[in-house]
Amino acid sequence: MITDIYYVIPEIFLSLSLMFLLLLGVFKKEGSTIVYNLSLVFLIISIPLILNVPSNNTTLIFNDSYKIDYLSNFVKTLIIISTIFVLLTSSQYLKSIKIFNIEYPILILSSILGMMVMVSSNDLIVFYIGLELQSLALYVLASFNRDNILSSESGLKYFVLSALSSGLLLYGCSLVYGFSSSTNFSQIGFNYDQSIQGITFGMVFILVGLAFKISAVPFHMWAPDVYQGSPTSVTLFFAILPKIAALTVFIRFLYSPFLELIDQWQSIIIFLSIASMLFGAVAAIGQKNLKRLAAYSSISHMGYALAGLTTGTNQGIQSSILYISIYLVMNLALFSCILMLKKNNKYHESIEDLSGLSRNHPLLAFSLLVVLFSLAGIPPLAGFFAKFYVFAAVIEQSMFFLAIVGLMSTVVAAFYYLRIIKIIYFDKEAEKFDTDHNLGLKISLTITTILILIYFIYPNSLIDFVSKINLV
Amino acid sequence: MDIPILSLLICLPTIGALFILFTTSNSKKYNSYKYISIFISIVNFILSVYLWYQFDKSNPTFQFVENRDWIYGFINYKVGVDGISILFIILTTFITPLCILSVNSTIKNRLKDFLVAILIMESLMIGVFCSLDLVIFYLFFEGGLIPMFLIIGIWGGDRRVYSAFKFFLYTLLGSVLMLVAIIYIYWITGTTDVEKLYQIGIEAKYQKILWLAFFSSFAVKTPMWPVHTWLPDAHVEAPTAGSVLLAAILLKMAGYGFIRFSIGLFPIGSEYFVTLVYILSLIAIIYTSLVALMQEDMKKLIAYSSVAHMGFVTLGIFTMTQQGVEGSIFQMISHGIISAALFLCVGVIYERMHTRQIKNYGGIVSVMPKYSILLMIFTLGALGLPGTTGFVGEFLILIGAFKDNFLVALVASIGVILGAAYMLWLYKRVIFGELINKDLKNMLDLNKSELIILSSLAVPSLYFGFYPEPLINTVEMSVSNLINNYNSSLEIYLANQK
Repeated sequence: MITDIYYVIPEIFLSLSLMFLLLLGVFKKEGSTIVYNLSLVFLIISIPLILNVPSNNTTLIFNDSYKIDYLSNFVKTLIIISTIFVLLTSSQYLKSIKIFNIEYPILILSSILGMMVMVSSNDLIVFYIGLELQSLALYVLASFNRDNILSSESGLKYFVLSALSSGLLLYGCSLVYGFSSSTNFSQIGFNYDQSIQGITFGMVFILVGLAFKISAVPFHMWAPDVYQGSPTSVTLFFAILPKIAALTVFIRFLYSPFLELIDQWQSIIIFLSIASMLFGAVAAIGQKNLKRLAAYSSISHMGYALAGLTTGTNQGIQSSILYISIYLVMNLALFSCILMLKKNNKYHESIEDLSGLSRNHPLLAFSLLVVLFSLAGIPPLAGFFAKFYVFAAVIEQSMFFLAIVGLMSTVVAAFYYLRIIKIIYFDKEAEKFDTDHNLGLKISLTITTILILIYFIYPNSLIDFVSKINLV
Repeated sequence: MDIPILSLLICLPTIGALFILFTTSNSKKYNSYKYISIFISIVNFILSVYLWYQFDKSNPTFQFVENRDWIYGFINYKVGVDGISILFIILTTFITPLCILSVNSTIKNRLKDFLVAILIMESLMIGVFCSLDLVIFYLFFEGGLIPMFLIIGIWGGDRRVYSAFKFFLYTLLGSVLMLVAIIYIYWITGTTDVEKLYQIGIEAKYQKILWLAFFSSFAVKTPMWPVHTWLPDAHVEAPTAGSVLLAAILLKMAGYGFIRFSIGLFPIGSEYFVTLVYILSLIAIIYTSLVALMQEDMKKLIAYSSVAHMGFVTLGIFTMTQQGVEGSIFQMISHGIISAALFLCVGVIYERMHTRQIKNYGGIVSVMPKYSILLMIFTLGALGLPGTTGFVGEFLILIGAFKDNFLVALVASIGVILGAAYMLWLYKRVIFGELINKDLKNMLDLNKSELIILSSLAVPSLYFGFYPEPLINTVEMSVSNLINNYNSSLEIYLANQK
């Protein structure tokens, strides 16, 4: 038992630092800058702590309810790194819309703590605790700009719908427990009888709950409103982190307790994937708000990530994780650009405001160009490799329909990305934006853009890590 | 030979582009970046000529091959040239400096960005012609969309947005099926290395569907009727240098793709679909020639003539005869030079008059004699007069076609006549006749740089017209090797069928 604690040092460290920051925030007046910076420091410290946890073998701890393996460590590292970037990009924004409060970094930290528990969970109850921890923090974050009516609305909307989906998920969990008499992932797989339909019911409810969390069609309704209403830095957080965590949990569920039921869930995931890809691509065409567009684009990207999972092979899992890693870099870059669109301390979100950006701000325009082409999946940018890997895995299983529909929807999606590029590059220039961005924002945009741009020179850099994930 | 000369050829323009991007400012002050980019592209040209000089013509296999790990155990970065690709590389490196030279007053704003886009484009195009791995080929093939989209969209004419979108989405839609096919080839053979695929071959049962997937991409890019409609739009709206790149090199990627991949990898599929290609090519030749006759915009007329010429190319390739394929390659090189020259010629008078409508011209010969002579050479080249490169290509293609199918050749020959009709009529309406439009009188004849550009295109088109030997010689072994492989794999297939 005591040795088990060794494996969860990162989580313990994060929760202790979380409490410490909370106390600090209570006792120190005007402490938000210190709390913000300290939370960055704690996050950076937790990276070596995670890497220090041995992950070459799968280790089950705390009565098999917690699982440490390569996947969990990889995803945790991703989560921490992207949170660091999120915090780097958002401080200026928070200050200028006057919500730079101590609660913000604390809520983010508690949310990612929940995610870390989620990705390591090997038991329905542990999983649910992690899920709720991250969700509760997210509800508050969505309505963090509480004087803004849109932000309050999005928080409430997210809360109600998310509570509904959690309810479905819990119902599914109880069904699974009822038919397999265990809450442990490893046990569930052994215990159930495939001929009994009850377990399938339970699985479907769980999948629906998870699909809600990653906003896959037809459980995507909340995403555009919440994305648009939340403060932009929170939208960035929404766009990346819950999705990484929920996708990993998808993998955990599908490939551990329910692998035997692949015939049942494969068609569900294929449907979710195709619907998300197509719907995301088509619905984004008419959007005028950048954040709303990002919501639809992330819906369709989730479709591609799910396409990798449909295969039931290691290749598929690896490609999904690769996809989500590249997706997070692209979204960080995209939102860094959006966070730079500031005129006289007012942030602009409409696509029309980008008009003629390339003349006023050539570097920012170039970054957006790279990001958008990469999101559209045009070689040789990073986004292409993400799609390439997913479809390589899909075609290996001879699922041509999925592959062709997916690639056709990239063509549709290319249209709306091109439309933004057209506004940036071909249209008449509008007023200039402010250029007093803080260092964190500049750093994060530069790093992510360069990563997207030069990834093709050495693609092994990421593939080497991802290819160590072997679950099947 | 330890220098990786092909990688150098690919990287040099990009390095130049980055250099320009980071060192020079985008000011009006004339024009260090222009000289740098001309210098780089000329160095690249010299390098490619050196490559040609070093190239062993009697050897049909790939030479200067470089093979590096790229994604471990999956894809290798592999480049190499044979007699076919080397000519296209030289064409690319030859046209690019002329393109850059021709950019003077046409591109008013953001000249620096334009040159960067053209140089990156050059890198990608060379990459297409020497990649020996399907995925690498796809990367270069698709990557070219980005700079070309920007070239048309930023520096183009009035309807540039429409044209740029059409260009981008058409080609992307064509190519995604090819991507599926490439990945599928990897899973059924375990490699995407073209050389290895040539050796092991692809099972007959997959070939037809794979051929169609590749065809969908190349047919859009060639362009073949009925998916050619993006080309006139793109040509008309693109700036002169963009049109030149598009006509001279981008279209050749598809023709090259047909030879290298469709025929090389899927002989059975090719044989099965020959009739389809013949019919589409013949329609392209006759129909687009007729359409070209009716055009009132000069650039559009030349764009349609490009479609007709590419119809000859696809026809020649799928005759699968030595003459037909050689003729197609020759025709592509010739069309690369001549259509580039024609677009530049239109650019010359467009710059002076700001109109491309044929009816606004007439009688130019009296004010621009030098221009008229050069345009005459290119017009005759385009209609395939003996003594120009155009003739050699068309002639060889028609020989090949007669060997294969008399009727097809007969119909194609009508296309030659139609080609003469629209080109001569264009020439007559623009150059001869009364000088009615008063503004034309103030037009200046070619200045020095225009003269240099156009003459340096006229020289090879005449030289290789009279003496095609160096070009034919280069491709001969590779083509005969290709056709032998093609025939032998067909024979094996037919024998197995019995």
